Amino acid sequence: MEALIVFLPLVGALVAGFGGRAIAGHKGDLFAQIVSSGLLVLAAIFAWITFINVGILAHDAADKAYTINLLHWVAVGDFAFDWALRIDTLTAVMLVVVTSVSSVVHIYSIGYMHHDPSIPRFQAYLSLFTFMMLMLVTADNLVQMFFGWEGVGLASYLLIGFWYKKPSANAAAIKAFVVNRVGDFGFALGIFGTFVMTGSLGFDAIFAAIPGIVEGGDAGQTFQFLWMTLTPQEAITCICLLLFMGAMGKSAQLGLHTWLPDAMEGPTPVSALIHAATMVTAGVFMVCRLSPIFEYSETALTVVTFVGAMTAFFAATVGLTQNDIKRVIAYSTCSQLGYMFFAAGVSAYPAAMFHLFTHAFFKALLFLGAGSVIHAVSDEQDMRKMGGLAPHIKKTMVMMWIGSLALGGIGIPGTQIGFAGFFSKDAILESAYGAHTGIGMFAFWMGIAAAVMTAFYSWRLLWMTFHTPARADERVMAHVHESPNVMLVPLYLLAIGAVFAGVVFAPYFTGHHFAEFWGDSIKILEEHKALENAHHVPVWVKMLPLVVGIIGIAGAVWVYRSGLERGRRIGEFWGPFYQFSLNKWYFDELYNFLFVRPAFAIGRFFWKRGDGQTIDGLGPDGVAKTTAFAAGRLSLLQTGYLYHYAFAMLIGVVVLVSFYLLAH
Amino acid sequence: MSEATFPLLSLTTFAPIVGAIFVMVVRGTQEEVARNARWLALVATTTTFLLSLLVLANFDGSTADFQLVEDVPWLPSIGISYKMGVDGISIWFVLLSTLLTPLCILASWNSIKTRVREYMIAFLILETMMVGMFCALDMMLFYFFFEGVLLPMYLIIGVWGGARRIYASFKFFLYTLLGSILMLVALIALYFAAGGTTDIPTLMQTSFPYELQMLCWLAFFASFAVKVPMWPVHTWLPDAHVEAPTAGSVILAGVLLKMGGYGFLRFSIPMMPLASDAYAPLVFVLSCVAVVYTSLVALVQEDMKKLIAYSSIAHMGFVTAAIFSMNETAVAGSIIQMLSHGLVSGALFLCVGVVYDRLHTREISRYGGLATNMPRYALVFMFFTMASVGLPGTSGFVGEFLILYGAFENNTWVASFLATGLILGACYALYLYRRVVFGDLTKDDVKAMLDMSPREIAIFAPLIVLTLWMGIYPATFLDPIEASVTHLVETYDAALAAAQDGAVSVAESQ
Repeated sequence: MEALIVFLPLVGALVAGFGGRAIAGHKGDLFAQIVSSGLLVLAAIFAWITFINVGILAHDAADKAYTINLLHWVAVGDFAFDWALRIDTLTAVMLVVVTSVSSVVHIYSIGYMHHDPSIPRFQAYLSLFTFMMLMLVTADNLVQMFFGWEGVGLASYLLIGFWYKKPSANAAAIKAFVVNRVGDFGFALGIFGTFVMTGSLGFDAIFAAIPGIVEGGDAGQTFQFLWMTLTPQEAITCICLLLFMGAMGKSAQLGLHTWLPDAMEGPTPVSALIHAATMVTAGVFMVCRLSPIFEYSETALTVVTFVGAMTAFFAATVGLTQNDIKRVIAYSTCSQLGYMFFAAGVSAYPAAMFHLFTHAFFKALLFLGAGSVIHAVSDEQDMRKMGGLAPHIKKTMVMMWIGSLALGGIGIPGTQIGFAGFFSKDAILESAYGAHTGIGMFAFWMGIAAAVMTAFYSWRLLWMTFHTPARADERVMAHVHESPNVMLVPLYLLAIGAVFAGVVFAPYFTGHHFAEFWGDSIKILEEHKALENAHHVPVWVKMLPLVVGIIGIAGAVWVYRSGLERGRRIGEFWGPFYQFSLNKWYFDELYNFLFVRPAFAIGRFFWKRGDGQTIDGLGPDGVAKTTAFAAGRLSLLQTGYLYHYAFAMLIGVVVLVSFYLLAH
Repeated sequence: MSEATFPLLSLTTFAPIVGAIFVMVVRGTQEEVARNARWLALVATTTTFLLSLLVLANFDGSTADFQLVEDVPWLPSIGISYKMGVDGISIWFVLLSTLLTPLCILASWNSIKTRVREYMIAFLILETMMVGMFCALDMMLFYFFFEGVLLPMYLIIGVWGGARRIYASFKFFLYTLLGSILMLVALIALYFAAGGTTDIPTLMQTSFPYELQMLCWLAFFASFAVKVPMWPVHTWLPDAHVEAPTAGSVILAGVLLKMGGYGFLRFSIPMMPLASDAYAPLVFVLSCVAVVYTSLVALVQEDMKKLIAYSSIAHMGFVTAAIFSMNETAVAGSIIQMLSHGLVSGALFLCVGVVYDRLHTREISRYGGLATNMPRYALVFMFFTMASVGLPGTSGFVGEFLILYGAFENNTWVASFLATGLILGACYALYLYRRVVFGDLTKDDVKAMLDMSPREIAIFAPLIVLTLWMGIYPATFLDPIEASVTHLVETYDAALAAAQDGAVSVAESQ
């Protein structure tokens, strides 16, 4: 059954991509949609069964975690790895997230893409992505994880550039692939480092070997990496940081985040599935999966916390001023991923995974809702040209409200009443506080600051879209219509998740008995008590997220209650800050200046000056010129090629004789 | 003949020549000759491929010995014999050559219109030379085949090439000839030093004096480095590729570049282990420079073939670094990478050929938007682009990953520099793809281009299957080479250790 979960989407991709028009003729589009969606729904049902079996019902170690071997992959000496499916709670959670969101996105796409000429291709890409993501989360070794990792990168590239006629979409697709490759550069080196240290690429063997290396190991053993000579402890830090570089790329963390906002060039269902709910969370999943390594490096955990906290803050500040509805949500995703990382950084992996889980539902809901809005206003994405949509698309509006309430983490502290994000986000903030470390406190306050801004930009979005006076022209307004049911029903399903995923699953994910739920899939050292401490934080810590959330909401409503004018004036007043935020801290400009343009300039220099002038100039062309000159002279005496051969032989004999003499 | 084995290798090697003789005697009108020559060449090369499959079927991967050996005295007075045989290191190169040649014949079906008969003869002779080179177990025989490859290739570029074909073929010939002459000198030196034998297995077991190794290594290096090609003796390759007809480029990238890597594995490492060890840093530096330098140059190319040619140099930089890392993973990876590169870059040149046949230009900016009217082409091109950037699941990944690990184990600097190739490779490959296939379809002549024909699909199909096979289940390809690779590495380590002991005992005795 586990194999079916993984491979049904692949079958769907192949059938939809290659078989559609061949099997069903002119109904190929519909055929592709039904087959790919149907298989995914089936996979999702199996995934939920697996989740309940492994996560909730199972108590024996053998049922909590098992591996299904498929095929040998590579074996050269000890350097060996297989194709295998590893099922444990961590995997099961991801299986549920991936297949659930993917199946609703598949169904939603039937409505959203119905004008598109390339429907089979779209459905095939979606299913292909799902397959790759499932390979990633079921990997039982680092290389299969890398396979899924790059595979989702490919699917992401293909889907961002789906509308290949748009230059901006093509640029965004390449950017996504290349920036991810920068992360993968670190990931690959991290894999090699891990193998050098532990002699294995399989998770079980690696995890078993790490404690021994830290505690005992060979006395005085060192590892060489570039210019550094590392003790075993430092070497673990080193591989953790290299692996984390991969996670930063995939999960769009500060520094390697620039591709994510641009990725919004892809169709909106793609943004919901890949760039909100699943692929971008792969980095978080990776850190949790590798918790048995990260746990042994305080330095690496500190870096993870710091990067996560900075990203949460940075992305929230940018989200405040963006005008493209999808970009606001994209930066919000980036920011929420930051939350997950700093949770992992303070060893509250269950909280990180819980937020990943709830976030998948409410963020997919927000994206698909945004898609419904965009659909309604004739593919306009600029919120400055929206407004006044509330009376026309009430159902979509309600869905967006639910999504925003969940994102804002609204709920009543101390009770079991609240939206999904309330449970998971508070668990993260309380864990950061509960870590009782400097970096934990830093993350906590960054998280609080981000929470104010999250609430602000969410309600800014709601007001600019739905509740301010209409700014679109009459032609567009006349067209505004509610989406069909094939798009609305997926929203309802996600809304159920956004409302109830928190309250239902909180006891399992982060409750007092979280260790039973997670089994051995997550490792937390005794001394890392952030998550236990989270249950005993002061009341003000529990209250603060809600308070700042309400402040943010009130601020947004106050600014935008009557239109955009007040917002514009505030922007002018804060001129430089506003520009800094609007231009995304100038990261793109910086990278362009530092990397992109120099790469082309150096390439041109090497080509023209290096190859052209220097090598060819001194080499063949120069020799040819000289030879032509010399031959011209010599041909007065002798003509023909025979001479050249004779000359070559002569040289040969001379060199041969010198060799012979030298050798003796 | 030492033992009465069926001369399967000779049969495989010379089957194309037999085909060439048939092609030669074809008579009739120009059109008939052309048609018959095509079909005959296809039949001959396909037969050769089937024969090579027999070779594979008779090959025993569990041993590092040379197999299917044929040994006939040739010039017994000076110890030269006609000796053929394959081991794990050469077996796949034989198959790569015999696989690519029929595909090349198919790819030339309509695009070669002049002197078809001569073209086919050149290709058939070329195949004999390539297969013979990988099978030869006698130094002089090897040299004969090694040089023999040059001539037909020189003609293919010079006669059926593009506008600057004369310049390109001369550059190609000069570079490779210079290397070859030096190699010949070194071969003769080894011949004398080993006491008058040209038998490769014997030479591999002979330990040559250190100074001789150091000199001969450089001479061999001059030849093999040009073939690979390594930076900075690579500039012949882009020109040769640009001017060569499509099939010529496929063989050039697919097989000829592998001659250098094969030469390192067959000669430099086993015969001159001490020198290989001493010169390894030089190779590492040149390889790392090649990866970064040529990747950046590839990024700014305006000609499709030139771009892929530069990417070949970068990919071969991985191979050379791996060979001299001299551990099992790296060497196995280098062989897989060479096979993979043979398939993938061959396929990429075929992809260029598909559009070149339609529009007769290689200029990237003349294209754009092909995804609209050539969806099948877009898919195939995307597939091989991804294989070229080493996406896991394709052959490119297995080779690169093994190489990177092998290099990492040996020297993390080398691995880190090579790994930048992962990033840069994605840049130039995707940038090329975007400019050719994506974008809006605006140009009228590009709009008129038709999608791939069944013949073209038939050319790509086996390459796609093999690329996936090698990526998903590489054991098929790794198993036969493992014993030989292990043997190579062990012998090398033993030679280094012996030299070390020798040095120590000399020091002690003083």
